[in-house]
Amino acid sequence: MSGSEAAKVHRTVERVARESYGRLVAYLSVHTRDLAGAEDALSEALLKALTAWPRDGVPHNPEGWLLTTARHALIDFFRHQRVVSDSAPDFLLCTQNTPEASLATHYPDERLKLLFVCAHPAIDPALHTPLMLQTVLGLDAVRIAGAFLVSPTTMGQRLVRAKTKIRDGGIRFDVPEQRQLPQRLEAVLEAMYAAFGIGWDDMAGTDQRGRGLAEEAIWLARVLLQLIPGEAEVQGLLALMLHCEARRHARRDRDGRYVPLSEQDPTLWSLPCIEEAERHLAEASTCGRPGRFQLEAAMQSVHAERARSGRIEWKAIVAFYAQLLRIAPTIGRRAGYAAALAEATGPEQGLAVLDAIDQDAVSAYQPYWAVRAHLLQRLGRTPEASDAYDRAIGLAEDPAVRAFLLQKRGGFSLGPVEITPPHPSPR
Amino acid sequence: MQFALLIYESPEAFASRKSDGNDAYTGVWRAYHKALVESGVFVGGDPLEGPETGTTIRMKEGKRGVQDGPYADTKEQLGGFTILELPSLDAALEWAARCPAASYGAVEVRPLAPETKRRIVE
Repeated sequence: MSGSEAAKVHRTVERVARESYGRLVAYLSVHTRDLAGAEDALSEALLKALTAWPRDGVPHNPEGWLLTTARHALIDFFRHQRVVSDSAPDFLLCTQNTPEASLATHYPDERLKLLFVCAHPAIDPALHTPLMLQTVLGLDAVRIAGAFLVSPTTMGQRLVRAKTKIRDGGIRFDVPEQRQLPQRLEAVLEAMYAAFGIGWDDMAGTDQRGRGLAEEAIWLARVLLQLIPGEAEVQGLLALMLHCEARRHARRDRDGRYVPLSEQDPTLWSLPCIEEAERHLAEASTCGRPGRFQLEAAMQSVHAERARSGRIEWKAIVAFYAQLLRIAPTIGRRAGYAAALAEATGPEQGLAVLDAIDQDAVSAYQPYWAVRAHLLQRLGRTPEASDAYDRAIGLAEDPAVRAFLLQKRGGFSLGPVEITPPHPSPR
Repeated sequence: MQFALLIYESPEAFASRKSDGNDAYTGVWRAYHKALVESGVFVGGDPLEGPETGTTIRMKEGKRGVQDGPYADTKEQLGGFTILELPSLDAALEWAARCPAASYGAVEVRPLAPETKRRIVE
């Protein structure tokens, strides 16, 4: 086999792994509750594929091949360990009687159960997203660690502990009953949103988590929508993420400088992305069950409308924020409400909203200080504005945002000193 | 617990310090320092003069070995340190990510070793 053919097989393995990973892990772990075991078995199967497929050719049903191979690895593991758990031998026996070929093509999609397990209330919420990214998408701990700002070793250990808890802690692999569904679903959606990590780009906020995982988060939301079609909040989340994704290329100018949402060039927004977002939002609204993600998507939709109308309907955004605050008055929403209110009615009103927030809660919350600085500046309270800008600059992580705020603050010669990277940093 | 942020800077960053204090370099550092102090996490710290001002001493077989320059010959050099009082490594990494040097150099986070210190000091 030539080098290019080997590379082609390698890419096939990667593609199949990416597309089938979650389905295979879900199916292999749903009865044993052993995620780590399922992942190990699948890794072994993928390794075998890397040697077998270039030699024997890519099988007709690559996913089925991986499933069969992983299942054998799992059976070997149980034999080796002589682990007598309640369900594992039954599961293995039962699937052993199924003809290989039919199992390989018709195995049930258990990913919904897996998603609910990853965001189970007994698991630390900080680990919901990492677990999802690893078990459903197959991302490695190093990549996840980078996005969540912890060391790879630490992230690896946390994931192992969480999986042990899932295996030994009696967490059931099932879809919650109707009564619990909304609350449990919210945790799943929150975890996906955390992976997306747009933070909040109205006013130079950089409260981001999960940088660089936007595509993965959209993938997860699409999987979820496919598994439970017609859930309004799932469509709301997808619409929200697509609206933000549409602006990816408008967030920085040609020199890598940060451009706030209200100053972005709408011709740089992705129209297909916006259209898809609008479609999901419209479908969601027919359910008559508004929720936080639909409200946030609706706000983004108002911003997107500027591409057609040339203006931002701030009053509509204020109204959506008011509804969001009734659901839960988080600091981020209160700061966003203040910013929108300032645009709709005046900076004094916005500042009054900010003043009502407990100072201890915002001492390290960057978007609050960015909004505060902007409003103080509009009111001509220059020394206070400079102080607030300093806090916002000091709390910013993104050098482009830092440079943007420094420029707005004024008082510095920004001439020859260049300490921001010349190219946009990858988000 | 306390953490040290060890701040590594490029030659360009060291060079950009030599201005009148009214520049972007000083501006972002001043803002970062202010955020640390006002958030109540700052314990101490200082910038260091450039690596070319360093002199490194090693005693070899009773003889003084003197090297003109810093200990390690790397592109990015230790440019300063900050000590922070924080509840966890996660919090320390948050502050390290906000450090201006994290975007143009590197910031190493290390816990201080109070137990070792206690044994030495007592």
